[in-house]
Amino acid sequence: MSSSPDPSAGRAGAVVALEHVTKTYARGSAPAVDDLSLTVPAGEICVLVGPSGCGKTTTMKMINRLIEPTSGRITIDGDDVSAIPAVELRRQIGYVIQQVGLFPHLTIGDNVAVVPRLLRWPAPRIRARVDELLELVGLDPGTDRGRYPAALSGGERQRVGVARALAADPPVMLMDEPFGAVDPIRRDRLQNEFLRLQAQVRKTIVFVTHDVDEAIKMADRIAILQRGGILAQYDTPDTILANPASEFVERFVGADRGLKRLSLGRVRDVPMLEPVLVHVGEDRADARRRLALTDELDYALVVDDRERPLGWIDAGDLAGSGPIPAEAATPGAPTVEPESTLRDALSAMLGSSVQLGVVVDDRDRVVGLISVDAIGEVLRAPVRGADGPLHPVDGAAS
Amino acid sequence: MIEGQPFFDVGWLLDNLDQLARRIGEHLLVTVIAVVVGFVLSFALALLIRRYPPLYAPVLALSGVLYAIPSIALFVLFIPITGLSLLTAEIALVSYTLVILVRNIVTGLRGVPADVIEAATGMGFSPGEKLWRVEFPIALPIIVAGVRIATVTTIGLVTIATLTGLGGLGYLIVNIGIQRRFPTATITGVLTVVILSTLVDIGLVALQRRLTPWSRARGG
Repeated sequence: MSSSPDPSAGRAGAVVALEHVTKTYARGSAPAVDDLSLTVPAGEICVLVGPSGCGKTTTMKMINRLIEPTSGRITIDGDDVSAIPAVELRRQIGYVIQQVGLFPHLTIGDNVAVVPRLLRWPAPRIRARVDELLELVGLDPGTDRGRYPAALSGGERQRVGVARALAADPPVMLMDEPFGAVDPIRRDRLQNEFLRLQAQVRKTIVFVTHDVDEAIKMADRIAILQRGGILAQYDTPDTILANPASEFVERFVGADRGLKRLSLGRVRDVPMLEPVLVHVGEDRADARRRLALTDELDYALVVDDRERPLGWIDAGDLAGSGPIPAEAATPGAPTVEPESTLRDALSAMLGSSVQLGVVVDDRDRVVGLISVDAIGEVLRAPVRGADGPLHPVDGAAS
Repeated sequence: MIEGQPFFDVGWLLDNLDQLARRIGEHLLVTVIAVVVGFVLSFALALLIRRYPPLYAPVLALSGVLYAIPSIALFVLFIPITGLSLLTAEIALVSYTLVILVRNIVTGLRGVPADVIEAATGMGFSPGEKLWRVEFPIALPIIVAGVRIATVTTIGLVTIATLTGLGGLGYLIVNIGIQRRFPTATITGVLTVVILSTLVDIGLVALQRRLTPWSRARGG
């Protein structure tokens, strides 16, 4: 355990493994979770998703023993959780729920300090940790530490809930529809914030939601459960969207799964085209010759002296001779960044007259072009793994 | 009223300030014992009800019946058994506090939001830590509201408990004022009871505000 002020230097995630876990609530009744086996690698977000009654919350609650499995084994870094006293186990696992459940009688600072106090950390260490965490989740320790939960907005409460769960630097976090109670715009922001936070803290997170889009956005791996607690598919979001294992999964992820994959891919994953660049003031005849050399493009891209895109120009406009004025360019070349999602890129491209995206760097300089065809190519062929590199589809998904 | 005597004899009051102080002391002592014992019993009953919810209805019904017995009758009922003693008075006074306190403690504990309890359990509070550090503090405003009603009611009832020979402000009202036909003592006793109830109530409100600063934090 670390007392370092840098949270990224804290405890990283642990491997969470479920082995043949079954939960039957009443003798003789159908199981809520049926022979479920899955392993969540350290530092990854595993999203449990499925329709209501699929046992996703039951599955999550068995990890911190809020519910005891009927049979099977759950381990964290190899340690069987049933061998650890429940109260002790829960203090080592962060827990975030939809309604947050902040203690109304405690200040924000004291709410965050709850688990460190249960673990009897020394007071100065708790104080330092509270301030560090409030800052980490984007609250101001100075003003917010002493406020009561009733004075906070829904989004702020949710952030305090996450800070409280992280307080004792647990290797594993359980999150039960953590963003379910906030409006869609705030939810999107909280999700992004959380993903940035997770990139720093690298916890192993088991995340429950009923929302496929949230699952696709948050997950390194998605476990899709169907009624009766049967694991329908456990894989990366991209694989699930590209190769749903069953008709159930296909229906559950939706008919627009092709489009959903677009929000997983980034512009940098798509092979770029080399543009024909034409500088303002350049001779028309030179430019025309260069445009004629390529058969992929009907347009040249006019750029200013710092290589920033101004607009398109076609062979007709390049007729004759003399310098090209800036006004000759037809404006409306959508610019996208290598980090943009393919969904955003495609949306920008479809809205412009020339259906090419201009990929620019952080100084707005042109680095290449991206075409609608190239995006389609990426969606059709390979599947991206959770860790980045492209790998081919390995037959039927597991 | 005896002929020629003033309606309110200020001189008597000034001569008897020490007795008044002593009577207030007796009165408060009997009240505090009743409320404290009543609270401990009620809390135990509330925890029992929390554990076995079906007990709630019978416990409330029984304490309701006790509450419905006229106070004088209850005192008289116990005199043959426990004599003219503090015990007789306290048995009656404590029984009256039960119905108020049990109901408020149970309501207070039941009012703790389920998500707060789930969060506490999930974060690793033991059942005892959950009760004392989460449920009890959150239930406190409703519990203190019950203590206020119980205390003010008891202050009034202690006046009648004078019948059992306890002294208190009832002694001024009944034994001096009514039996000796001396209205000054009765008026002094009655006014002191009213002032005492009001002050104690204000004190309890202040205490509650100190203990639960969070309950006023809304919108801040």
